[in-house]
Amino acid sequence: MGTSAGDSMDVVESGRRAAERSDASAGSETRSATFRIWRGTATDGRFEAYTTGVSEGMVVLDAIHQIQAESAGDLAVRWNCKAGKCGSCSAEVNGRPRLMCMTRLNELDLSEPVTVEPMKAFPLVRDLVTDVSWNFEAKKRIAKFSPRAPDAADGTWRMQQSDVDRVQEFRKCIECFLCQDVCHVLRDHGKHDSFVGPRFLTYVAALEMHPLDTVNRTGELKEAHGIGYCNITKCCTKVCPESIAITDNAIIPLKERVVDEHYDPLTALVRLFRRKPQ
Amino acid sequence: MVEYETHSHDVLVVGAGGAGLRAAIEAAASGARVGLVCKSLLGKAHTVMAEGGIAAALANVDERDNWSVHFADTMRGGQYMNNWRMAELHAKEAPDRVRELEAWGAVFDRTPDGRILQRNFGGHKYPRLAHVGDRTGLEMIRTLQDYAIHLGIDVHMECTVIALLKDGERVAGAMAYDRERGRFRVFDAKAVVIATGGIGRAFHITSNSWEYSGDGQSLAYRAGAALQDMEFVQFHPTGMVWPPSVRGILVTEGVRGEGGILVNREGRRFMFDDIPENYRSQTADNEEEGWRYVQGDKNARRPPELLTRDHVARCIMREVREGRGSPHGGVFLDISWIKSKMSDSSGHIRKKLPSMYHQFKQLADIDITSEPMEVGPTTHYVMGGIRVDGDTQMSTVPGLFAAGEAAAGLHGANRLGGNSLSDLVVFGKRAGEHAARFAAEQSSSSLPADAIDRTAREALEPFDRASKGASTEGPYQVQHTLQETMQELVGIVRREDEMVRALDCLASLRNRTARIAVTGNREYNPGWHTALDLSNLLTVAEAVTRSAIERRESRGGHFRADYPEKDTGYAGFNILVSRDTDGSMRISREPVPAMRDDLRQIIEENK
Ligand code: SF4
Ligand code: SF4
Ligand code: FES
Repeated sequence: MGTSAGDSMDVVESGRRAAERSDASAGSETRSATFRIWRGTATDGRFEAYTTGVSEGMVVLDAIHQIQAESAGDLAVRWNCKAGKCGSCSAEVNGRPRLMCMTRLNELDLSEPVTVEPMKAFPLVRDLVTDVSWNFEAKKRIAKFSPRAPDAADGTWRMQQSDVDRVQEFRKCIECFLCQDVCHVLRDHGKHDSFVGPRFLTYVAALEMHPLDTVNRTGELKEAHGIGYCNITKCCTKVCPESIAITDNAIIPLKERVVDEHYDPLTALVRLFRRKPQ
Repeated sequence: MVEYETHSHDVLVVGAGGAGLRAAIEAAASGARVGLVCKSLLGKAHTVMAEGGIAAALANVDERDNWSVHFADTMRGGQYMNNWRMAELHAKEAPDRVRELEAWGAVFDRTPDGRILQRNFGGHKYPRLAHVGDRTGLEMIRTLQDYAIHLGIDVHMECTVIALLKDGERVAGAMAYDRERGRFRVFDAKAVVIATGGIGRAFHITSNSWEYSGDGQSLAYRAGAALQDMEFVQFHPTGMVWPPSVRGILVTEGVRGEGGILVNREGRRFMFDDIPENYRSQTADNEEEGWRYVQGDKNARRPPELLTRDHVARCIMREVREGRGSPHGGVFLDISWIKSKMSDSSGHIRKKLPSMYHQFKQLADIDITSEPMEVGPTTHYVMGGIRVDGDTQMSTVPGLFAAGEAAAGLHGANRLGGNSLSDLVVFGKRAGEHAARFAAEQSSSSLPADAIDRTAREALEPFDRASKGASTEGPYQVQHTLQETMQELVGIVRREDEMVRALDCLASLRNRTARIAVTGNREYNPGWHTALDLSNLLTVAEAVTRSAIERRESRGGHFRADYPEKDTGYAGFNILVSRDTDGSMRISREPVPAMRDDLRQIIEENK
């Protein structure tokens, strides 16, 4: 019962075109590129240059692995999925916080050395690996999910898709901590003791907007999680590989909730501005 | 002599993906002191890669579904090599495990009346996969992780177990090193649960990360436990094939569940060409019926793209081998064609398959809403693993339990998509519960000082060799050769002569491994970690190869070009692998236990 519809030939045609275009964009001739990679610890480290071959479709993480196999067996790097799903391979590529596994070499200028260095907002372990354990501790301090009692006849709950869309957006987070890395409150001011950072404000937002949750976290947001430190620079949103609208959809609504219960001058101002008729 | 930290737990769980987390939660809930060891950071395990969904007969979308249909589907998909008791428990308990995830905060996609939505998947008769777009695994692991952190479990992140420790016959703990400083840790435990996942790194083209080096299977084997069904390796039909650097990355079966079709370079939808006999009555014989099925028409039969993974992978291989493949040696998978069927197809695809959209856009410059993808088979999953008791998940070694991909039994010769996530929570829970119960019955044990010493010395040898400057080599090259060998000689299509050659290669790789030297020091040194993982990879590679030689027929994930047919003579036993007293690998045949009558009847009724 095979079929060979005219439609399917369109598939082949567009597939062939896509393959050709992909070949072209991948750049089929083999070249080489130089990477300046941070080696060592925070107190005893320096950039070292490595040159390695560049082949089709390579990402920064591939280059790192190649360098490991060729000339730097002990180059420390964290990775798992190599598909932008686990959030392990965060680093700064040419000064920009990125997932190394999702940064293609053809988006970089390879005529200059490519700089790869560890995230700055966390203590360095070695080479490209930082100690991100603070994030796991910060999460523990957030009041956990506590659902209301099941209220549907079958002992579960009913939730409409439209009521969970926003929460699902926040739950896309892969915990890469790039937003934490770029937030000046943590990166420049080191307020790790009093501010949980954009990742965990998003986490609180997901809990607060969860249709089943019963806890009110506005008190802890203001006190323990330091939401007032955020001055809405939106740097976090810009680097999020999952394109979560961290500031607009999570932080600002949370600030508004806090301001309803506890006065916060900056948010009051933002709110006034947002409410102005266009 | 050797320096190490000691940690004491009632239950030690090794591995923190879905199965390990669920086991730890259950053991902690019953009052046990639990240690949870993760090879990576918490929440990064391979479970995050699961895309399509979690199979459970909730009957939210099709009220005809129930546990017995799910049971029959799982057994049919596994070619009846499954541990039927596990298949029964799995089908019965999966719905409760899914509802429990919701109660712990998971947010699944919804039906119009506000219940958990379910989607179609290969080999499942009814829409059965609860899902969150195409990132269900992430939702599951995050839910379990966020629940577990409030239970007082001791989490040891970036810590790799290198040996199990025994006190006489029973397990008494484990030895590990931490990545950050490279120091040893000894865990004293009354029960150990292995939940370390699979062996995908033994192959070159794989969807698995560096962690999946068969640690759990190899640790259990060295501790005297039996492995089972190791010849059954699943090659997922749709991995990315282009560009080369992303080769093997998974393309979810959800694409086909949403209506994606497979087409060869001649424009032929080749999956209609070969529909296996035992699926013919359930499979559409024309395109129009297939489309109605994915649109939810309950009277339509599923399109052939949704046949089981082993079959789809072989059909793709056939097209490529016979010269009908796509430009880069795969075939086309097209979801964009649905634009002829619906107005906002682009928005629909992005909503249903967001991470696939993203993945192709970013890594291959392909817009899947308007162009087809190129796909081909990739090593994805091992059905085999540690042999366990169906009810308790205890291995053949007292006190040693296993759950999830590391354990064998549930999936038989081929796993259905969606049955993995449900496996993790159903049997993770059972393993945690029974491990805690076992632990409560034990008096404290003593740890074998000599074994600890020897393990530490062996682990540090690669550094010593570097300083002695004898003839040595680096770990990455040896690992690469191993992966190429397995891919070439023990891959999707197998032959006796090639596999015998593979055994020779593995023996010489073992010699080379004994000469590996690593540079640098013990702190976060991936070269050293790769060297240590190699011995596990070699063990599982040998187990797969020897089991595959022993099964002289084709069944499920195991395809023999020299014995291309199923042979009923081989239907009656599982192949076991165990360590002989002289240290060599022993292969034996274990009869499949006769199925209970009521279950046999369910299978008859669902034929
Ligand atoms: S918007 Fe707030 S949280 Fe985000 S980077 Fe700026 S200060 Fe930090
Ligand atoms: S919110 Fe975005 S940037 Fe921040 S941790 Fe999550 S995925 Fe990463
Ligand atoms: S390796 Fe998983 S996000 Fe990069």
